[in-house]
Amino acid sequence: MSESHSAHGEHSHGSVKSYVIGLILSLVLTIIPFAVVMTGALAMTPTVLIIVATAVAQVLVQLVMFMHMNTKSDEGWNFMSFVFTVTILLLVIGGTLWIMHHLHLNMMIG
Amino acid sequence: MTTETMSNHDAHAEGHEHHDAGGMKIFGFWVYLMSDLVIFGSLFATYAVLMKGTAGGPSGADIFELPLILISTFLLLFSSFTYGMAVLAMNADRVAQVKAWLAITFLLGAGFIGLEIYEFQHLIHEGYGPDRSAFLSSFFTLVGTHGLHVFFGLVWILVMLVQLQTKGLNDMTRPRIMCLSLFWHFLDIVWICVFSFVYLMGVL
Repeated sequence: MSESHSAHGEHSHGSVKSYVIGLILSLVLTIIPFAVVMTGALAMTPTVLIIVATAVAQVLVQLVMFMHMNTKSDEGWNFMSFVFTVTILLLVIGGTLWIMHHLHLNMMIG
Repeated sequence: MTTETMSNHDAHAEGHEHHDAGGMKIFGFWVYLMSDLVIFGSLFATYAVLMKGTAGGPSGADIFELPLILISTFLLLFSSFTYGMAVLAMNADRVAQVKAWLAITFLLGAGFIGLEIYEFQHLIHEGYGPDRSAFLSSFFTLVGTHGLHVFFGLVWILVMLVQLQTKGLNDMTRPRIMCLSLFWHFLDIVWICVFSFVYLMGVL
């Protein structure tokens, strides 16, 4: 059985167990930020930190548990292209916010 | 069981090119998803810059209904899970189960789109359409682009249901189901960022 499983190679990974774990973790990581925001239990800064932390955690959970991203499949090119994309995203989003914030301050608008 | 294992090995050895072609297709689709991610990243950056530009109109805190968003989130999350079950059924060569899980995924996705259309229609009816302010323009563009992706994912699910009916599971349909699986999970991951950074941060 395990041999026939490996014969299918990289495309037949995942099991009911890994999907259920992914689902439960995702549910918890969704309910926590919604509960914090909807009850308004915490101050601004901890609330923002919890939203960011649970979002990053849930993205990672789903990348690994649902999309089966790892550093080995396709000789690591899957993972490499992802790292490259994240770098571009950091440049685009971080750069945009940085420049536009300074522009905003210098123009004294709004 | 043993003979099945053996024949699997033989099929694998003979159909090596097919298998590689399938793997190549899935990797190519992954690269497409990465470029799609850059599009969403640009839209998130645009939204972040424009979100304070309400032009005297409503802000996120005035118009976002979190209970609705929570339900949408659950619908999409469960649809991601049911699609995973479809892939497991495919790996076990159970075509009827694949179709059943795909159909459930379709219904959950359609529920998500239904709620989004309701939300948009409600906002536009109140006079808070994309033409009201820079904030609303960027909001509709970002969330609408995600919704459009989900819509095309639904169309793709229907196409796969038809192809499974006519062609069954073979070297052609399997990689397509795997690509759609990546697409569907990817949309759920983008949605995590949408509900966190647009809706939850928006009402603070």
